[in-house]
Amino acid sequence: MCVAVPGKIVELLDGGVALVDFMGVRKRVALDLIEDARLGEHVIVHAGFAIQKLNAEEARETIGYFRELAGSH
Amino acid sequence: MRKRRVKPSDISGSSPDLIEGFRSRGAARALLEKVRAYPGQASIMEVCGTHTVALFKTGIRDAVPSSLRLISGPGCPVCVTPSREVEKAIRLACLPGTVLFCFGDMVRVPGARGSIETARAGRGARVRVMYSPLDALEFAARERETRVALFGVGFETTIPLFASVLRRARGEGLRNVYLLSAFKLLPPAIEALLARPGFRIDGLILPGNVSAVIGADAYRFVAERHHVPGVIAGFEAADILQAILMLLDMIDKGKAGILNEYSRFSTDRGNEKALAAVREVFAPRDSEWRGLGVIPASGLGFREEFSRFDAESLLAEEIPPVPEPEGCLCGDVIAGAREPEECVLFGRRCTPSAPIGACMVSGEGTCAAHYRYGRSSRPDSSSPL
Repeated sequence: MCVAVPGKIVELLDGGVALVDFMGVRKRVALDLIEDARLGEHVIVHAGFAIQKLNAEEARETIGYFRELAGSH
Repeated sequence: MRKRRVKPSDISGSSPDLIEGFRSRGAARALLEKVRAYPGQASIMEVCGTHTVALFKTGIRDAVPSSLRLISGPGCPVCVTPSREVEKAIRLACLPGTVLFCFGDMVRVPGARGSIETARAGRGARVRVMYSPLDALEFAARERETRVALFGVGFETTIPLFASVLRRARGEGLRNVYLLSAFKLLPPAIEALLARPGFRIDGLILPGNVSAVIGADAYRFVAERHHVPGVIAGFEAADILQAILMLLDMIDKGKAGILNEYSRFSTDRGNEKALAAVREVFAPRDSEWRGLGVIPASGLGFREEFSRFDAESLLAEEIPPVPEPEGCLCGDVIAGAREPEECVLFGRRCTPSAPIGACMVSGEGTCAAHYRYGRSSRPDSSSPL
């Protein structure tokens, strides 16, 4: 039930709402619960609300580690 | 946490896709090999329904050696909502001029006298399934003569959404919005489990999305008071295996710490804006969990400034506690004390199409996951392993 889907902010709309792209599907998402959302940032969305922003540096680090593991395998 | 500093130059190709990049089959296989090489025994509990399902779907449950025991804890808000709360929701939905808005997975949960679904047909309950609590708010703004009661079910991931909706309702001057608060807070439930006599696990896989909101600091007590290590994990196969590996490393060294594998979305302090919204609207109170009983400060009531939204004020009479269905082991399953297969009802009288216990209702319930995936020895065809 706590499933949250990651997506990318592709447009900032009026009223604290953003258009978020989920692998090609675009939905309106409320931004009430996150600070300072910017165009191009990734967020996780739960039941119509963005609940957290992606920390891109941490994400790249984990992906780099996964790639390293995959390469060594 | 073993800090994995990877220089940008280590990442081959252009900038990695920040969503797809975690679905690495190669990394999952490499991590599985490391997990399999662990020589000791360990019992690891996950407390998130999405992890419960992912452990089956990815094939991890089948792939890890039997010396690693994977146990499901109280990770599904639908499953831990007691029958009494379901009955309250039904009574609200039966009040004249009132519509109940609830999440789809609550509709079939057995209550004292049937489910919300059967009450719709048999008791004249007016119910709408919502995708988001915003759906209820929009309806309330359109239909001002109708009382709109939201069934507030969920953990910390979901609670800020309802806090936000009530703030908006107050801002918009909507007098017809009400909320039945059956919210549950996860850390007090983990505390209650760990304090149970005879309860013993070696490590906890902590829920990623709850932690995105509350942060890693909320679990420090697990390590400090109970000396059990915990790792916050994401939801891809490689995330979960990496978290298991981090736990095994701590277990092996006799260390208890709280580490964070899901650092892309979860920080130490969590989402402070969301937490502030929750604190503005709600205050902790004792709460009854299906199977675990009343746990101190594990639920949320209303702060005075928001008390007019309390849907309980619409209910004339107190609803007595509702006993669990006869023979149902959901309580023990939620506490991680019994496996679904030990229940005499499981798979016979209790199935996803005709559930008796709450753990069979939600797709993320432990019994439903065991029923759906546990019988075949092979996981989904999409399994990365």
